[in-house]
Amino acid sequence: MTVILNQSFTGISIGAVLLLIALGLTLTFGQMGVINMAHGEFIMAGAYTTYVLQKDISGAGVSLLIALPLAFLVAGSLGALLEWLLIRRLYTRPLDTLLVTWGVSLMLQQLARDIFGAPNVQTHAPDLLTGNISVGGITLANNRLFILGLALLCVLGVTLILRLTPLGRRIRAVVQNRDLAEVSGIATGRVDRMTFFIGSGLAGVAGVALTLVGPIGPTMGTNYIVDAFLVVVVGGIAQLKGSVITAFALGVLQSVLEYSTTVSVAKVIVLVAIVAFLQWRPQGLYTLRTRSLA
Amino acid sequence: MSGFSMSRRGLLAGASAFGATAALSACGAKTGSATSSSGAKADTSGDTVKVGLLNSLSGTMAISEVTVHNALLLAVKEINAAGGVLGKKLKPISQDGASDWPTFAEKAEALITDDKVVATFGCWTSASRKAVKPVFERYKSLLFYPVQYEGLEQSPYIFYIGATTNQQIVPALDYLKKQGLTRLYLVGSDYVFPRTANKIIKAYAEANGMTVVGEDYAPLGSTEFSTIVNKVKDAGADAVFNTLNGDSNVAFFKEYKSAGLTAKSLPVLSVSIAEEEVKSIGTQYLEGQLTAWNYYETTPGAANTEFVKAYQAAYGADKPTSDPMEAAYISVYLWKEMVEKAGSFDVAKVKKASAGIELDAPEGKVTVDGTTQHVHKTARIGKIGSDGLITEVWNSGNPIKPDPYLKDYDWASALS
Repeated sequence: MTVILNQSFTGISIGAVLLLIALGLTLTFGQMGVINMAHGEFIMAGAYTTYVLQKDISGAGVSLLIALPLAFLVAGSLGALLEWLLIRRLYTRPLDTLLVTWGVSLMLQQLARDIFGAPNVQTHAPDLLTGNISVGGITLANNRLFILGLALLCVLGVTLILRLTPLGRRIRAVVQNRDLAEVSGIATGRVDRMTFFIGSGLAGVAGVALTLVGPIGPTMGTNYIVDAFLVVVVGGIAQLKGSVITAFALGVLQSVLEYSTTVSVAKVIVLVAIVAFLQWRPQGLYTLRTRSLA
Repeated sequence: MSGFSMSRRGLLAGASAFGATAALSACGAKTGSATSSSGAKADTSGDTVKVGLLNSLSGTMAISEVTVHNALLLAVKEINAAGGVLGKKLKPISQDGASDWPTFAEKAEALITDDKVVATFGCWTSASRKAVKPVFERYKSLLFYPVQYEGLEQSPYIFYIGATTNQQIVPALDYLKKQGLTRLYLVGSDYVFPRTANKIIKAYAEANGMTVVGEDYAPLGSTEFSTIVNKVKDAGADAVFNTLNGDSNVAFFKEYKSAGLTAKSLPVLSVSIAEEEVKSIGTQYLEGQLTAWNYYETTPGAANTEFVKAYQAAYGADKPTSDPMEAAYISVYLWKEMVEKAGSFDVAKVKKASAGIELDAPEGKVTVDGTTQHVHKTARIGKIGSDGLITEVWNSGNPIKPDPYLKDYDWASALS
């Protein structure tokens, strides 16, 4: 019983990490349809922001809290810049976007290597987040609880922005019917850039969270980019709740399979399951129904 | 339809390019054998001779290989300052293997045929070594390989300067056994080194009354270890034998600490974590854990004091030195000794002269074994301290004779 509970928590915590890295993509890939291979490098930018902050501000807890909004700004600005410089010229050519952003991702990796050096860097987690609490025989790692909370908070934030703010209304309008939105007086170019800013910023926040569980290095983004795309594709593009459900489902599935088999076998089974699922529902878990002809 | 024809054209272009490359390399090999008995002719005509440095300066392995590259450059610089080899200065030619095995093979070929180097130093992963091995054998050119590896190999054109299994893994198991830690959990990255190492560990365990209570492999670069750590926790092990490589170690040890496991409650012995990695994983996660190597920055001796001082003067006072760096550094000196003993840069003569070459290395005395082209090395078990340095807790006393096929160990008879 303890094993099952422990594994369920592990699964949920894996799901939380998946959710956090995929959340930004639900906006840039899901809403805008841009295949941004440099998304992983925005995660990296967030992680390095944490590292730089911690070098200058002593207290690990304080610097982590400041890093969250700052990483959002840094990664978001990088994203907006990328959108303005390159992606907006390629909206009609999705395959070119893929190649261009992949090139950008390699450039950003090398840039990080030149600035921070090839070896990984480390941050100190605040003491509060390195321990764990035991509840009835199951161990809940504090850093995982923190990431779970952060992921849920981010989902809540994005939902509120999309549902309640004028910006959110404009984003939804552009996603549902770009031409109609444009003739209705929405500056779609500006909305695109803003969406890209928020999506990339969320990758930065994910980067801060990942400093608590994984390595911080120039190539860290490549560890997560595939998983992030998987979550969005399975969840169904253009739908936030699809990504949320998928992230936790994949997390639990992975951890349960991993416990009874090995990591590689579990990964194979998960991927086969995803392929089978997409055969049955190519559009993903949830799909956006519109009357647009496009 | 247009997509189909385009991809077919792409395929054709690729095929013809491949044909051209094959023809070219066949051509290269031919001219090589025509001009010299030892394959592609190394150019030793001028005042300088070129040496090849083949490391990943970009990509996922750059984290480790850049430091090895630095150590190689330092050795070349020192040798040049002292007058060079046989009166000729060394000109290092750096090639970036880019953490990509086919690239390694390509660059190795470029070093030999275009730059006409007299010897090449480098490679880290076994995969990259296996990729370049046929190239060095075809052109009869020498590679000096500086990293501990899984053994079971003996190419006539490679000198293995790092430890083979009986100089690292077997002594580490001896140590664990002596400490009474007999129930082992094996965690490794999923590729040739950890799989082979664990095969050896299991054979050893069976013959020595130890038990392997679990075995798990994570794909290279994997950063999700919560389930593996849960399994380790539930398995009732005395110690974890860790053959994870690269970034995965960071995630593994962070998870290990979060789960409440410590060096006291369940020690981890790692064979791929040296000083540089300790720094990037974070000492707070590693304090008290064990490692197995042949060299530490803290290893006593005048040769090491000098090496550490020279390295830090060249690359920064906060830069640690580690086992693969030390092996890379001495590999250039060992080659120099061989060339000077042979009185020639000729590969066949250098190989012949290699037997019995000795060096007072930073790691202690090392001797080249002419038959296996490996090196006699002292095994050292170390404990990671809170300052990020590793201090020795045990050593094998004398240098251990290299035995890449474990021929002298009865329990290993089924392995090779």
